Amino acid sequence: MKILVCLGHVPDTTTKVKFVDGKTFDKNGVQWIINPWDEFALTRAIELKEDAGNPVNSVTIITVGGKETEPTIRKALAIGADDAVRIDAEPSDSWFVAAQIAEAVKDKGFDIILTGTDSSDYNGSMTGGMIAEFLGISSVSAVSGLFVDGNEIELTRDIDGGREKLSIGSPFVAIVHKGIAKEVRIAAMRGIMMARKKVLNIVAPVSVEPLTEYESFELPEPKPPCRMVDAGNVAELVDLLQNEAKVL
Amino acid sequence: MSVLVYTENWDGQFKKSSFELVSYASALADMLGTSLTAVSIGKVGNDELKKLGDFGAVKILKIEDERVKWLDNRVYVDVLARVAGMENARVIVLSHNNTGKAVAPGLAVRLKAAVGPGVISLPESVEPFTVTKMVFSGKAFARLVLKTDVKILTLSQNSFETVLKENKAEIVTCQVEVPEPKSVVRDVQKQSGKILLTDAEIVVSGGRGMRSPDNWGVIEELAALLGAATACSRPVSDEGWRPHEEHTGQTGKIISPNLYIAAGISGAIQHMAGVSSSRCIVAINNDADAPVFEYADYGIAGDALKVLPELTEAVKRAKNI
Repeated sequence: MKILVCLGHVPDTTTKVKFVDGKTFDKNGVQWIINPWDEFALTRAIELKEDAGNPVNSVTIITVGGKETEPTIRKALAIGADDAVRIDAEPSDSWFVAAQIAEAVKDKGFDIILTGTDSSDYNGSMTGGMIAEFLGISSVSAVSGLFVDGNEIELTRDIDGGREKLSIGSPFVAIVHKGIAKEVRIAAMRGIMMARKKVLNIVAPVSVEPLTEYESFELPEPKPPCRMVDAGNVAELVDLLQNEAKVL
Repeated sequence: MSVLVYTENWDGQFKKSSFELVSYASALADMLGTSLTAVSIGKVGNDELKKLGDFGAVKILKIEDERVKWLDNRVYVDVLARVAGMENARVIVLSHNNTGKAVAPGLAVRLKAAVGPGVISLPESVEPFTVTKMVFSGKAFARLVLKTDVKILTLSQNSFETVLKENKAEIVTCQVEVPEPKSVVRDVQKQSGKILLTDAEIVVSGGRGMRSPDNWGVIEELAALLGAATACSRPVSDEGWRPHEEHTGQTGKIISPNLYIAAGISGAIQHMAGVSSSRCIVAINNDADAPVFEYADYGIAGDALKVLPELTEAVKRAKNI
């Protein structure tokens, strides 16, 4: 059984976000990471591969991006993915990225395709569901558990106030939440050495027109300083919440 | 031509967020000079459906097939794509919740529609069609242009107020072909009667500063008094002190209640990314230099375990309980 994990290459969470002329994200001095939700997906894929009790035997990762994404790809390989594909194009919008990934993997026989539920850069939440529809296969969203027993696949899906257990036949796309894997992994030295020798296929993009375009970006107004209330005078806080903020 | 809004139901009932969504879609229909059709999937009584008219739906389509009982992404996509075709929908509006995020992307591919995901207000202009959303986990706003004829918007929760229109909507049972679902729901576990984090107007949240899961009583007591939901920071859910569905933050739930009370939470950037769009933030933390105070509107430098019970008492006094 083959798993594909779609990885986004995003700025580190602690990045001070800046824009050039309010038009494009300023990449100067930015540290890059695996998109956090995609990292959960990758972790679960590797856990399944390592467990000999199920037929999962390979984990491939795929990214849409330029050469600058390769350190992120190598990191995923060092954590334990077997091989990688990089589609050599600027990931302009979800439609474009999903169309590229679907095209690159449509005849590769992946049984399970994993994507994160969101990306921490443009917060689109659309790519996984689009890939499934481009491929004409099922998708399940808000997945917080993925279990493989023989050829039986069971998913846990988060719903409002609870969860559901589902079964589904492969191939399918699982769009994952936190909870699918607890502790993300840190690459060990041995993994980093091995990652250098793993295969990274670079694929040319197909011709796809993005359907959306960012016109401009703005930073929010700075927040006024916090109004401190003395710990001995909690009643004052209640008064402020009732009469100033009007939220109680 | 029309605007189409998909109104999800919860055991046959709508929520305040459903009416906010319909109000938004109705205002959008006005901007475009067209009318609003609401579509409901699953069993909902006509009295409940009529409420959608109160907020601006002119026509309400209901689909009650047995095969749509559970959410199967492709089945819902198929049904909504057919309805969008029948109604000649120019814009389809869904909530930016689990269901909206499950269905919108497939629908977009089926209809070759550009998506504005998680919009926070009405479009700034309709020609070009420019929407506003948050990016970089709440660190910036962006203006996004949707370049296709048919468009899909998912609306962020708590970003639009309800507006009463009192339309007498026509309810129509919609006969569409429904494909067989490929996924089968085997089991459902649901807590009833609990206020959901994503619906709550007030949230009381605890972090490591609560020191032990045994101390959560003071959070629950204040939450019960305020009609609030309870939440926690990532370390607390990772330690298993609280269930992971209570984790608010970048990789947990993104919420925007009217009031967020952060007790014993230091305010790591990952946590604040999930709560910074709350209308009002109160921070209670031992360390007066904790980053949480940079995001808070009101703060108390003190031990959460001591301050929370006092706060509960002070609220009781203020409300004469």
